[in-house]
Amino acid sequence: MKLLKNLCIAAFLFVFLMPFKTATAASGGASSHLLTLSPIDMLIIAIYFVVVLAIGFYLKKYTRTGDAFFMAGRKMTAWIAGLSFISANLSSLETMGWSAMAYQYGMLGAHAYLIGAIPAILFLAIVMMPFYYICRTHSVPGYLKLRYGEGPRALAGISFTFLTVMVSGASMFAMAKILNLLLGWNMNVSIWVSSITVGIYVFLGGLLSAVFNEVLQFFLIWLGTILIPILGIISAGGWHKMLETAQKNAAIIHPTVQNADFTSLWRNLGSFDTNPMGIDWFGMVFGLGLAVSFGYWCTDFLQVQRVIIAKDLRSAQNGTVIGAMLKMLVPIIVTIPGLLGLAVLLNPDGTPMILVPESDPRANITLRTFNDVLPLLMGQYLGPGLLGLGVTAMIAGFMSGMAGNVSAFATVWTYDVYKPLLNRKGSDKHYLSMGRWCSILGVLISIATAYALFYFSNILEFLQVLVFFFIVPLFGTVILGMLWKRATPAGGFWGFLAAIIVSMSMWVFVHTFPEGSRPHPSVIISNNAVVSVVKQGDDKISQVIVESGQIRTTNVAIPLEAGKEPVTSGQYVAPQTGIELSGVVKDGAIAKNLRVLVPDAVEADTKQHTKFGVEGISLVLKPGVTIQASYIAKKFDAAAFNPAHTKYVARSEKAKPMAVNMYSAFWSLLVCLSVTIGVSIFTKPKPVEELKNLVMGLTDIPDEGPCPWYHNPKLWAAVVLITLIAINIIFW
Amino acid sequence: MHNEHQIPIWFFIGLLLTVYGVLILGCGIYNVIYPPENPVKLANLHADIWWGILLLVIGLIYSIKYRPSKGQP
Repeated sequence: MKLLKNLCIAAFLFVFLMPFKTATAASGGASSHLLTLSPIDMLIIAIYFVVVLAIGFYLKKYTRTGDAFFMAGRKMTAWIAGLSFISANLSSLETMGWSAMAYQYGMLGAHAYLIGAIPAILFLAIVMMPFYYICRTHSVPGYLKLRYGEGPRALAGISFTFLTVMVSGASMFAMAKILNLLLGWNMNVSIWVSSITVGIYVFLGGLLSAVFNEVLQFFLIWLGTILIPILGIISAGGWHKMLETAQKNAAIIHPTVQNADFTSLWRNLGSFDTNPMGIDWFGMVFGLGLAVSFGYWCTDFLQVQRVIIAKDLRSAQNGTVIGAMLKMLVPIIVTIPGLLGLAVLLNPDGTPMILVPESDPRANITLRTFNDVLPLLMGQYLGPGLLGLGVTAMIAGFMSGMAGNVSAFATVWTYDVYKPLLNRKGSDKHYLSMGRWCSILGVLISIATAYALFYFSNILEFLQVLVFFFIVPLFGTVILGMLWKRATPAGGFWGFLAAIIVSMSMWVFVHTFPEGSRPHPSVIISNNAVVSVVKQGDDKISQVIVESGQIRTTNVAIPLEAGKEPVTSGQYVAPQTGIELSGVVKDGAIAKNLRVLVPDAVEADTKQHTKFGVEGISLVLKPGVTIQASYIAKKFDAAAFNPAHTKYVARSEKAKPMAVNMYSAFWSLLVCLSVTIGVSIFTKPKPVEELKNLVMGLTDIPDEGPCPWYHNPKLWAAVVLITLIAINIIFW
Repeated sequence: MHNEHQIPIWFFIGLLLTVYGVLILGCGIYNVIYPPENPVKLANLHADIWWGILLLVIGLIYSIKYRPSKGQP
């Protein structure tokens, strides 16, 4: 009873503390909050916290050995392993992020759940799982140790532990930022309350707790979000009407890809011009379908850990196949909302609502971002109670993602770094204790990363690609090790390292600008400046006059004095004659529209606060207005791609970031395989007897005895594959 | 997960869905009796009522089917 009372107090503290607003570094003058929760919604969220903490306390008594804590006792049934496998990849960052992708790239976004996942998951189930399972490894780096030796294991183990907690921190930061923007919740409280909750339940129950919560999250995510596509399609007038409207509105929302087809999976991949991603079928099949997908699904330890803990090999294989089946359904709650965003999100005047990427200066000031598609639809269709369920699903997704990373960190650190490199002779009890405290350490490092992101939010860009640098080469190394007995330890190490270096080099290359990357010419009018807005007959803004206050300009030539060269950087005060900035700015030979952003100014006539953003209109500065001008031309810009360089990596200047990532992954895999094979030919392989149970041809797959036809993993893998082909034909 | 003394995860899920079903159904009925001033789009379909019922039914099925038997902690 005392425990229950404490849990209730913790949960209610959470829901009462959360809504207190404070200004934070990341909130940056965000507009009014997107969603408003009622008391019933808050109650639903509080109940979730009580339940997850209760599960953690309940499971503590079942995790008294290292195997129970790190591998959940290897007792999972196929369904639990499968649900956990798929849930570990269904965090809120994933659902919100891929809805945003579908808004940006149309139906092509669904490929991440079809060719970009299913063949790889089935390959993991049928070909790779026996090796992972039979060698009884605790982790993927653990397999590398057995197959290649200590070098590749140390490289993989250290990179993995580092990345895991960094990604966990990034996820935490993203959650706090999203809850702040959507609901106005305090970012510090969001970070600490969710982290402490995750810390407690992973400390107590280890992987078992993480898996329980992932299964719970699976139900919450589906039951909390499936209503959005159902109601959205009804509201759009049916499936075909929705696609028709989405295609029509996409031309207005994404004017740079006006001729692109947003509503098909393959029909638009004949050339780089006919689809919104700027990719062709080769990049989609070999970049996403082979390199990215196999790298992620077959060697990302967080994923693989979910199924190697099944009670027997057949359950591990069936669990993985179940995961593949469920994965194919995810576009219903991810891709359809993205398409609905194009079709049913409208301004009050009936025009399509335009959302922008996070990197756009107007983001969260005057326009919502791509990432807001799902929350905007939630606000549009979900009333009290249902909205609470939707937000709970979102929080559950973030927290289970964090728990997955923290438990994976504890396992890899304890078994692949601490045990082999620092303390080989510890008892099981000692390693269990190390794992528990590592969970807390992982949470603390995650919190530190989250706070670092308050001040260096562009680290997020680096973090996302860091994972990608590492995972694809890892797959190349592991798969050659499994399928080719001639692969040598030296080949494995150098192939892995060379591919990581090539990945990083390609990334640096596409973000390098020998001529300098110049951000769009823009003017931001500082808060509380006094402005007059001149409008035309149709209420459209034609000119903005800054009466007093300060402005900040980026890459704008300012004609300070008549007859003199305009200035682009420095601090100035507008002279008595005033200054007029043209709505069109010359950037070399290209004419660009001047972007004027007004996050919070005061209107001269009405004295009311106003905010807006406009492009291509002239700006008049009255005498005395302070100007802070800057000229930016970066040689390296992680947030921008140089088209002159992307054409060498992604075969087209029109390639969008996603297309560049897919092609980079393909080249990285090619390098990994080539170097591993090349070095292996000239170096000494391990003796055959040391490769037993690690390499195909030298491993006897244990006979698990006869089973009913409906327990046969190969049969279900074939069913999933046929379904995948059918889906691709239907939405061709 | 097959520890004979362990309460299955399905029971926890059933319990949570039952509570959520009751709350959302109650909220839906309240909204029918006292319609909100600014209803969401398609509020006339009363999604909260039938979704509450669905959650309640799923929750009850799981809670009953996987309830801890006597002698379990």
